[in-house]
Amino acid sequence: MKTIKVALIGTPNVGKSTIYNALTKNDVHTGNWAGKTVEFTKGECVFESIKYEFYDLPGTYSLLARSKEEVVATDFIFDGLFDVAVVVCDATSLDKGINLVVQTQEIFKKVVVCINLIDEAIKKGITINYEVLKNNLNLPLVKMSAKEKVGLEELLKTIREAKESDYLNIDYGILEDSIKMVEKDIKESSKNKKWMALRVLENNQYYIDKFRKNNLINLSDNTKKSKERLEKVDINLEVAIKIRKIVVSKLKNVVYYKKKDYEEKVLKIDRILTSKLWGIPIMLIFLFLIFYLTIKGANGPSNLLFNFFQGLEDNIANFLNFIRVPKVINDLLVNGVYKTLYWVVSVMMPPMLIFFPLFTFLEDLGVLPRIAFNMDKAFSKCNACGKQALTMCMGVGCNAVGVTGARIIDSKRERLLAILTNVFVPCNGKFPTLIAVITMFFLNFTNKYSSLWCALILTLFMGGGILLTFIISFVLSKTILKGKASSFTLELPPYRFPNIIETIKYSFKNRAIYVLGRAVKVAIFAGFIIWGIANIKINNEPILSLISNFLDPIGKILGVDGVVILALLLGFPANEIVIPAMIMGYLKTSSLTNFTSVSALKEILIMNNWGIKTAICFIVLMMFHYPCSTTLLTIKKETNSNYYTFLAFIIPLLVGMFIAWGINLIF
Amino acid sequence: MIMTLDTISLNKEVVVEKVRDSSLKRRLLDLGFIPNNKVKCVLISPFKDPKAYKINNNIIALRNIDAKNIEVNDENN
Repeated sequence: MKTIKVALIGTPNVGKSTIYNALTKNDVHTGNWAGKTVEFTKGECVFESIKYEFYDLPGTYSLLARSKEEVVATDFIFDGLFDVAVVVCDATSLDKGINLVVQTQEIFKKVVVCINLIDEAIKKGITINYEVLKNNLNLPLVKMSAKEKVGLEELLKTIREAKESDYLNIDYGILEDSIKMVEKDIKESSKNKKWMALRVLENNQYYIDKFRKNNLINLSDNTKKSKERLEKVDINLEVAIKIRKIVVSKLKNVVYYKKKDYEEKVLKIDRILTSKLWGIPIMLIFLFLIFYLTIKGANGPSNLLFNFFQGLEDNIANFLNFIRVPKVINDLLVNGVYKTLYWVVSVMMPPMLIFFPLFTFLEDLGVLPRIAFNMDKAFSKCNACGKQALTMCMGVGCNAVGVTGARIIDSKRERLLAILTNVFVPCNGKFPTLIAVITMFFLNFTNKYSSLWCALILTLFMGGGILLTFIISFVLSKTILKGKASSFTLELPPYRFPNIIETIKYSFKNRAIYVLGRAVKVAIFAGFIIWGIANIKINNEPILSLISNFLDPIGKILGVDGVVILALLLGFPANEIVIPAMIMGYLKTSSLTNFTSVSALKEILIMNNWGIKTAICFIVLMMFHYPCSTTLLTIKKETNSNYYTFLAFIIPLLVGMFIAWGINLIF
Repeated sequence: MIMTLDTISLNKEVVVEKVRDSSLKRRLLDLGFIPNNKVKCVLISPFKDPKAYKINNNIIALRNIDAKNIEVNDENN
């Protein structure tokens, strides 16, 4: 089969990933903010017996190679190990897209222009004369709305028909003579000499090294002289001005605005969302609402599921007995594995199925960059980057994702700050446990406002986590990661109303099921272990009791007990199993052998001397301890350093222990 | 009158004069902060820093310390 390799290029946040997903049926997460695709992905599809291989490059504003993502994208295009470059443009903001088209044409010969978000443009009253644009660009052009799956086939057909044209020759005016001089030092190849000469003139060390390594240049006096001649010229500025001029000429008579007031309306919303009075409260209300809806909505289904699974427990045991499974194994499977498993499923699944779609919705809508905008001042006080707010939001879903997401931060120091503090925002795996304990110890079950209060208390704890993030970031920036805040730009994209069905589908499939799947796997395994240590006895004492008795003094200092510490240790692979581990621990050391509902948990805990203080200390330790194993592995991968991985492990642990110790001491 | 971008008032359209050298200069040039381009301050965050500017139909937030490096002219031309 014929294969066409296609690179998808575009500025951040033009829906490249949406196109990629629609074409390849892959599931790269798309969100409405710049920098979502932090490393590029590959996928393929077959259409009319041609195989198309797509490379989804990270979004980039220009191909002049500055930030990490830009270098990745530029390098990929320059090396040209593909057949067709598709530049995706945003119909509501053609400027930056066409800028990229022009720059792509300088280093690649087969370019297709894809104008995405045409439906958004219509909604905003922007009229685009595509015929004129096509003529101006002299390139194949496809209109598209990837969200509505419009124009996808057309794109594939156009890619198939794309023809090679010459590199775009931009008149760089005052630089031209020098470019010609440098070109003499560049060897003949399929690459554009002019573009290479410009990188040399700009003193772009990365590219000079690269050209040298590939034996493409042999710099001589020609280059030296021409560089000297341009000593007083601001080369970057000249290049930017000339490219801008081309872009403006390409966009001549193309865009018309009909509804001038549309923009004003959106700005009005933004003014409220970022206002001095309302900016911060509205964000907290959003957070509170998400928690409230999650708690309120999940409560019923959780109990239903729990009762359902528990109802099956005896049947399963009887069945296993019937097929003559030995009593010990029967007990292991039912009381060990099955019990842990259904606890995790019934407690985790309903909140996740509510939380993730809500969160994804806000993300797709474009709310997260506004949060970063509002909170940036605080980050700058901590010598950190405002984009850290985005990584924190991702961390609420899953800390491992938040750690990977820190790549959107350019400065290495600030990226490390974001990575080391990410675990201070509790992830989704911790919420159900926190909710359960809050409900048990802070609320009266019969109170009809209990969900409301629970959400409020959870928001407060969450606020504590955010506060700690700032404090730790600040302390780190004065000690281990010393430095001043560096410069950055943050794009506030237009709001885009997401396709609700897609949002729900995506968050079910890729987030809820993924996280739950991981929890289930761990739960099965942990069920074995926990049952094992609870039932294997040394000197008539279960190993579990031995360990928890051993840990008890440590637990007592921290306001909890040995079982809690053991449960937190067992929860290292996934935080979700902390509570089931705890229940097993208590059940084996108390006379209770069964409990009938989630609320009966409270009785078990109280029987084991839990009080309000124990609950608070537990919540603190639950929120702030080492990151789970997945997150730690991700940190190791991202930082490539044992030292920082160790810091990521020890800092939250010490902080959590310190706070729990303090609470225990004072109260 | 020449002033720096961080000092312009909300909703006032000004014209870029010059971007001073800084680590952010190239990115700013990419985003369209080049001489004679129009720019407008459209949003101010709750703590007055950063502020968001509209340039080339794009909304970009900059910290004041970075916006200080952009010289603008407020005479309508």
